[in-house]
Amino acid sequence: MTEYMRRDRRWHPPGYAPGYKSTILRSPRRALLSLEQSVGETSGPVFGHSTITDSDRDLIANYSTGGEAIGERIIVHGQVLDENARPVPNALLEIWQANAGGRYRHVKDGYVAALDPNFGGCGRCMTDENGYYSFRTIKPGPYPWRNDGSDWRPAHIHLSIFGAAFTQRLITQFYFEGDPLIPLCPIVNTIADPAAIDMLVARLDMGNTVPFDCLTWRWDIVLRGRRSTFFENRPEGN
Amino acid sequence: MPVKYLKETPSQTAGPYVHIGTCPSAAGLNVRTQEKPNVLAAAGTAERIRIEGVVLDGSGTPVHDGMLEIWQADTKGKYNAKGFTGWGRAVADFKTGEWAFETVKPGATPYRDGRQQAPHVTLLVFARGINIHLHTRMYFPEDEAAHATDPVLAAVPPDQRHTLIARREKRGGETVYRLDIHLQGDKETVFFDF
Repeated sequence: MTEYMRRDRRWHPPGYAPGYKSTILRSPRRALLSLEQSVGETSGPVFGHSTITDSDRDLIANYSTGGEAIGERIIVHGQVLDENARPVPNALLEIWQANAGGRYRHVKDGYVAALDPNFGGCGRCMTDENGYYSFRTIKPGPYPWRNDGSDWRPAHIHLSIFGAAFTQRLITQFYFEGDPLIPLCPIVNTIADPAAIDMLVARLDMGNTVPFDCLTWRWDIVLRGRRSTFFENRPEGN
Repeated sequence: MPVKYLKETPSQTAGPYVHIGTCPSAAGLNVRTQEKPNVLAAAGTAERIRIEGVVLDGSGTPVHDGMLEIWQADTKGKYNAKGFTGWGRAVADFKTGEWAFETVKPGATPYRDGRQQAPHVTLLVFARGINIHLHTRMYFPEDEAAHATDPVLAAVPPDQRHTLIARREKRGGETVYRLDIHLQGDKETVFFDF
């Protein structure tokens, strides 16, 4: 059985982070119960490349309207690695974001900014054999939210990631380098360590910019690493 | 200096619009409308069961913007079995917070040392205000004997074990298991860090 390294809970944001008010009533008060992994934790669902089409990773055009989304055209790419710096192939990435004006296409988003008829804000892609992924979209806009009255989210894209095991499951958000709203954001600031926040900041990648078409941003992702199992009882054999 | 590893990418909340990326038709998008990610076993499957509940915050208010994922073995206790993915996701109802999976009851699975674990499903909870997803399990009330020897339940303080054990009822012809998940408070659910 492959096992995974412990999750560093001091690196992740804590459940209770009162600067982000919604955490106050939605965080457990008791300590998490830390236990060793068995097959239910070290296995995970397998998603096939066949279920993902090229259109899934093109958020500029995939809302099936025939038109293209309005906004700053960007490509986002990077590599999914584990903590041992090994590429994670066949990882499923699910993507969602606001449009260029900061409005989500969601029945519960009532922000005054206009919807873009050609933008759904939903995509997905898989990593290749070397762990690389890419998708095309428009840069999302910042938007206000009611936390301390009118906080503003920095421009961000949400990602849900499935590695090989359910213990590697991760949902997070990434930001764009240089955005002055990043250090002001209560959700960003649920993370204590500046080095951890820095892992959520995509870098402008001029070398891979598509001439006269798209700016490119690079954002690498790290999932939990496999742990070597020395001298340990392996009832199922090696 | 200790050996250095890369650090894991930190988690951020899935937020209130998690549905756009994970269950787009629930968000109101006209895409992938045929997908029913909460149905692991189609209607008519022998021994189909329903697992349902609501997630409650520290004030007892239902969380009506959350998303849950399930991961489980097949009826024989095998993960990634042919013909049964064992994975699904359910959207909490926007008004009531109710969520449900249609699935089958998993068989017993091995613990890391080869002992048996009682039949259970893994549940992950994602929502606005949850900075890193919460990981819990649901066990089945009829397996009392297996619970007594389950290595994970053995690690749970006895007065908290009930938070992981569903209630069972018959509804129509179907067996329904209900587990309310309490994020906080006197009835707080046990959450794991595996």
